[in-house]
Amino acid sequence: MAALLKANNIQKTFGHGKNAVHAVKGATFELEEGTITAVVGESGSGKSTLARLVLGLLPSTGGTLEFDGRDVTKLSFMESQRYWRDVQAVFQDPFSAFNQFFTVQRLLGRSMKLIEDKKEATERMHEALGHVGFEASDVLKKHPHELSGGQRQRIMIARALMMRPKLLLADEATSMLDASLRVNVLNVLRDLRDNLGTTVMIITHDIGQACYVAEQMLVMEKGDMVEQGSSKEVVFNPQHTYTKQLLADVPKLHGELGEMVH
Amino acid sequence: MSRLLEATNLNAAYLTPEGREVKAVDDVSLYIDEGEILGCAGESGCGKSTLGNVLALTARPPLYPISGRITIDGQTISLDRENKVPRTWRGEVVSMLPQGALNSLSPTARIRNLVGDVMKAHDAKMGKDEALDRARDRMKELGLPPRALDAYPHELSGGMKQRVITVISTLLNPKLLIADEPTSALDVSSQRALVEMLREMLNQGIMKGVIFVTHDLPLLKSISDRIAVMYAGQIVEVASAETIADNARHPYSTALLNAVLAPEPDTLVKRVEGIRGAPPSLAKPPSGCRFHPRCGLVMDICSAKQPAPVGTDLEFACCHWTAQHPDQVIRVEDVLARNDEVEE
Repeated sequence: MAALLKANNIQKTFGHGKNAVHAVKGATFELEEGTITAVVGESGSGKSTLARLVLGLLPSTGGTLEFDGRDVTKLSFMESQRYWRDVQAVFQDPFSAFNQFFTVQRLLGRSMKLIEDKKEATERMHEALGHVGFEASDVLKKHPHELSGGQRQRIMIARALMMRPKLLLADEATSMLDASLRVNVLNVLRDLRDNLGTTVMIITHDIGQACYVAEQMLVMEKGDMVEQGSSKEVVFNPQHTYTKQLLADVPKLHGELGEMVH
Repeated sequence: MSRLLEATNLNAAYLTPEGREVKAVDDVSLYIDEGEILGCAGESGCGKSTLGNVLALTARPPLYPISGRITIDGQTISLDRENKVPRTWRGEVVSMLPQGALNSLSPTARIRNLVGDVMKAHDAKMGKDEALDRARDRMKELGLPPRALDAYPHELSGGMKQRVITVISTLLNPKLLIADEPTSALDVSSQRALVEMLREMLNQGIMKGVIFVTHDLPLLKSISDRIAVMYAGQIVEVASAETIADNARHPYSTALLNAVLAPEPDTLVKRVEGIRGAPPSLAKPPSGCRFHPRCGLVMDICSAKQPAPVGTDLEFACCHWTAQHPDQVIRVEDVLARNDEVEE
């Protein structure tokens, strides 16, 4: 399978000289088409900066990024618009991503502006809501306060899907949800991969979630990409000490009580 | 072991601007033995933080306690709407570590200033130096660097901030500590450090019991002796951590546990289903068992009659199905069987 996105030694440094913060210190990886990749690491490891680089929301300070055969390291305004039709994102907080006074229809309608044909746009809106398990007629008239956190996050995914993106990026999209809702949202991502062949990149600090959805894992520590490989290898045969530590600290549901405490 | 906390028939409600009462804690009874950590789990909005506030006597409008009795280590208090609490209770008998405590430090003051303020609020005669010495000793006993007290909040990591706050909130040796989501903003390594510290504090007798409120079930399993599962303002099951994880006696606990994703071999391949539908609105809870509209094991009695607790004070489940099938294991497929018909 072909790689949809290729990052070659991509870097991001904030500030200059003595105050420079190296948020991403040269990451090289590929996202294969039709797979889910998880970026894991603790707070401050540079996961979200990496996501913003991939999205083209931050200019990189070194390295190259190639998407679908095109070089997308530096984009003009018009090129960005085109890029964002192919690459869409869902962010962490489903509670602050909505305008309280807009119905779902109006909210999704704003994103329709990126699609030229209005009739097609409406069709896509209905189709996208279907992908995340909604009946369009049920939700379009609703206001955000009538939806639960999981439902809101699914609307956000639907919004991203309207663009029929080749790459969907979910930055901690499920970390504010309860266990049971979280599974529903992750299942949506899995179904997208299986049914539409969407490539997904998820950013998470929860290895359990990463393990559930992703084939590939990238482990980041303080801006360095310290390990990458298939989920199976990374989780059950970790090579780097940081990955081992990260896995050891994750509380297990089954097994000895208090093994973590002693 | 002696009983540390006896809370019986607690009721508390939020007053809406329209003047209606929304009961967020509905006839909850809870018991804790000395030296125990009780975990409190449940989905957002199930009332677990509210229960923590009621137990810590920190209810503030629009939340009003309505009725109930709390006995902690022999001292009893009756709750009513007046909500008058003896000054000596907060901080000394029961102490609260609220959600997001680590972000409420003043950014312009050194942490030691807070120590002085806290101690002075409880003992006007205590000088700053004495208060600070006590805090330093406590930090040393717990293996934390005492110099963290001289730092400004931004100089400490999130994990260290939370540990220091925990130490400060227990300086008065409360009998019971209520920790509301103390780990939710921390990464796994800091979570672990905090949890280890809480255990150490319990071993050293700094406090006699902890109620740990969180929606992170694997974490609860690793820290708690017993776990209470809440649903729609009520406790539906209390049992030892192992029982909850491997053989829960309430369908809701079973379904909730099933949705937990841990880095274990079968997580790579299996498909997990969540519970369909949303938790009920507390303003209009369903009749009978509150979980019945989403439960696959539902029977006629479930919508008619509220299930009584089956078991002991310390371990019980409130479910008609469990009461009728005491020896059968709840199968998660059965609980989720109605997934197709439950409306979103």
